[in-house]
Amino acid sequence: MIPRPITIIGGRLVLAEGEPRPGAIRLVDGHIVALGDIAPEPDDAIIDAAGKLVTPGLVDLGVFAVDKPAFHFGGITRAALMPDQAPPLDHPARIRFAAQSGKPDMWVHPLAAATRGLEGREMAELALMREAGALAVATGRHWIGDSGVMLRLLSYCAMLGLMVVTHAEDEGVIGPAVATAGEMATRLGLPSAPAEAEALAVARDIALAELTGAHVHFRQVTTARALDLVRAAKVRGIRVTAGVTPAHFMLSDLELADFRTFSRMSPPLRQDADRLAVVDAIADGTIDVIASGHDPRGPEDKRLPFVDAEPGMAGAETLLPLTLTLVRDGRIDLARAFDLLAGAPARLLGVDAGVLRVGAEADIAIVDAERPWVVSSEKMAASAGNTPFDRRPVQGRVTALFKGGTRID
Amino acid sequence: MQPSNPNTPRTGAYPEGGLAFPHRDLTGIGRLERHEILYLLDEAEQWVELNRQPQKRAGLLSGLTIINAFFENSTRTLLSFEIAGKRLGADVVNMHAATSSVKKGETLIDTAITLNAMRADAIVIRHASSGAVRLIAGKVDCPVLNAGDGQHEHPTQALLDALTIRHALHLPRGSDLCGLKVTICGDILHSRVARSNILSLTALGADVRVCAPPALLPAEIEAMGVTVFHDFDAALKGANIIMMLRLQQERMQGQFIPSPREYRHLYGLTLDRFARAEPDALVMHPGPMNRGIEIDSQVADHPTRSLITSQVESGVAIRMACLDVLTRRARGVPGWARTAGGAA
Repeated sequence: MIPRPITIIGGRLVLAEGEPRPGAIRLVDGHIVALGDIAPEPDDAIIDAAGKLVTPGLVDLGVFAVDKPAFHFGGITRAALMPDQAPPLDHPARIRFAAQSGKPDMWVHPLAAATRGLEGREMAELALMREAGALAVATGRHWIGDSGVMLRLLSYCAMLGLMVVTHAEDEGVIGPAVATAGEMATRLGLPSAPAEAEALAVARDIALAELTGAHVHFRQVTTARALDLVRAAKVRGIRVTAGVTPAHFMLSDLELADFRTFSRMSPPLRQDADRLAVVDAIADGTIDVIASGHDPRGPEDKRLPFVDAEPGMAGAETLLPLTLTLVRDGRIDLARAFDLLAGAPARLLGVDAGVLRVGAEADIAIVDAERPWVVSSEKMAASAGNTPFDRRPVQGRVTALFKGGTRID
Repeated sequence: MQPSNPNTPRTGAYPEGGLAFPHRDLTGIGRLERHEILYLLDEAEQWVELNRQPQKRAGLLSGLTIINAFFENSTRTLLSFEIAGKRLGADVVNMHAATSSVKKGETLIDTAITLNAMRADAIVIRHASSGAVRLIAGKVDCPVLNAGDGQHEHPTQALLDALTIRHALHLPRGSDLCGLKVTICGDILHSRVARSNILSLTALGADVRVCAPPALLPAEIEAMGVTVFHDFDAALKGANIIMMLRLQQERMQGQFIPSPREYRHLYGLTLDRFARAEPDALVMHPGPMNRGIEIDSQVADHPTRSLITSQVESGVAIRMACLDVLTRRARGVPGWARTAGGAA
C-alpha cells in the first residue's frame, strides 16, 4: 500500500544550518519531495505543526536493545544495534535477521561484531556481514585488549570501507572497577580505576587508525584527556569521530551516592571537571554524535549491590530533551543539536536520512521543544525504567513521528 | 600518654531521648554526627563494666530476636555480635550464607524479605559487596547493623577502636580524641575498617595518617581528611596510636605487592620500627593478624603497648550498646517511642 502524500504545514523546519525556518514539508513515497515555502497539493493529508519544530527523526548510534515504544517516544526512527546480543551479532544470518527486526516503522542498523563471540581474539566474517546489511563494525561493550588483533581488524575494515565503533577503556587498567577513581569511589569503597584508562585506549586506537587508514568511531568519549587526543587527531586529519551519551554531559560521579545502581554506567560516570570537558567538546565539534546507549535493565540486573549490578541506562526517551538542555544553555544551536542526534550519525552509517533535504528518507519528528514533563522511571515507555534521571523535570517532547513518510501512532 | 589537648568530660551534652541517636540503622560512621559517635561510646561504658562481672547477663532485650546474617565468612565479628545479643537477653540466630557466585543479588533481596517476614527485631549483616547492607536496610522493617560491607564500612569496628583508645588513655566519658596522632598502615584500598576508622577518628578530632604503597591507597583519600605517607618510618614519627591492617590478599585482584616478604620489609611493624613512634605509642590490629607479615609477635603480644585483646573486649561492649540503642524504639523505651511522623 502506497501511503497518501503528507504535507506538514505551519512548522519551523530545523535544517542543517541556521535558525529554524517557518515553512512546510511534503512527504511522498517515503521521501521528502519538497520543503520550505510550499503549499500542500490537492489530496495531500495535511498536518498542522502549529509552530512546533519539524526535525529529522533521530538516528541513534549505539543501542543495546530494540525497544520500539521507547524509540518512538524519543523520536528515534533509526538505531544502530550494538552486537552485544544473546547470541552476539557475529554471523551474517543474525545481521540479516536483526536488520529486519524493526520494520516497517523503525529501522534497525545492526553493527557487526568485530570478533567472534565479541571475545576480542578472532575476527568475525565482516565482509559477509556487510553483505547481510551491516553498515559498520563494533567491538561491543569492551575494548579489544590485544593490539595485534586490533591492528589486523582495522586494516581489514579500512579495505572493506567499514567504520569500527570501539569502546575505549584499557581493560588492564580498569580491572574489576565499577567507578572512576576519586573521592566518591573512595568513600563508597567501590573498586575504581583512574579516568586515564580511557585516554590510554583512545591513544592506542588513534595510532592504529592513523597506521591503517581505518575510520574509528569512539562510541563514548567521556574524559578531558581522551577528548584532547581526539581533538588533536582530527586536526592531523586522522579518521576518528567521537560520541557520548547524555549521562556523561549531565551527571558526575556524585550520582553514585547511596550506591544508586541506576547510575552505574560503562564507562563509569566521571568527576565534574570531565563532565564539563564533554560539554566543551560537544560545543567545539570534537564530539560528533550524541546517542542514547539505550540499555533497558530490569530489577534482576539493577536491584543488586552496586558492584554486582549491570551497567547501562534506558536512555531513548530522554535523549532529545537532555540534548536540548545544551541548546537552552547556549552551548550549541538547534541545527547543531540535530546534527549530533541525527545528521552526523546518519552520515557515519552512510544512510540517506537524518536531515531535512529533498530526496532524503522521510523520517520526520514534530517536536514541542518547550513542553515540560517529568522523567519517571515508573512510567517509561521503555521495557525497563532504569534511568538516573528519575523525577527530573525536562523540556522537549516529540508530538508526532513519521517513518518513511508514514505516521507512527 | 595524654594527648596534647586534654579533654574534659562532656556528659550531658547529648540531645534528649531518641534525639541522641535518631537513626533506625547503623550502616556506616559516615552517616553519624560527632555527638552520635560519642553517645554510642558512652553507652558502651556500662557494658564494659558488666562484661567484667561474673554474672554478665542483662535482660534488656529479652524476647527479641536478633538475626546475624553473614554472607561472608567471619569468626570473631560473628561471635562478638552473638555474645553481645545473648548477654542482653535476646534470642540470637546465626545465618551463614557465604556467597560465591557473582549473581547472588536477587537472592540477597529475597533473603532480606524472608528475614523480615520472620519478624526479626534487628538484623546484623556482613556482605562482600559495598552497599549491600544499605540495600537490605531499604527492604526490611527492623533496625539493620552493618557488620562489614565490602570495602565500604565496618562501623562497629571503628567504634570499638575509639572506645579502646579512650580506655587505654584513661579518658573519661564524653571525651573525643583531639590532638591524638593515629597512623593507619596497610591495605587501605581494600579495607572497610580503614574507611570507618578514618571517618570516626577525624570526626573525633584525631590527626590521622594513612601509610601504604600507592597501589594500596584509594584515590583522593586526602579528601577524607588524612595525611598520606608511603614511608612507614616517617608515618610512625610522633604517632601515639598505630593501627595495623591485615594484608588482605584474598581481596586483591591482580598483584599489588611483589611478595609478603617484601611487604614486611617495607611495612611490617617490627619491634625496631615500633621504637620510631612515640615512646609510649600503642598498637592496634582489627584481626585476624598475619603474624610475621604486617606485625611481629613481639609487638602484637607486647604486655603494655598492645591493645589487640582490649579491642576484642571493647567489641562486645560496643555491639551491646548498638543493639540496645537501635532497639529502643521497638521496645518503647521512654523518650524513644516512635513519633507520629515516624522520625528516624
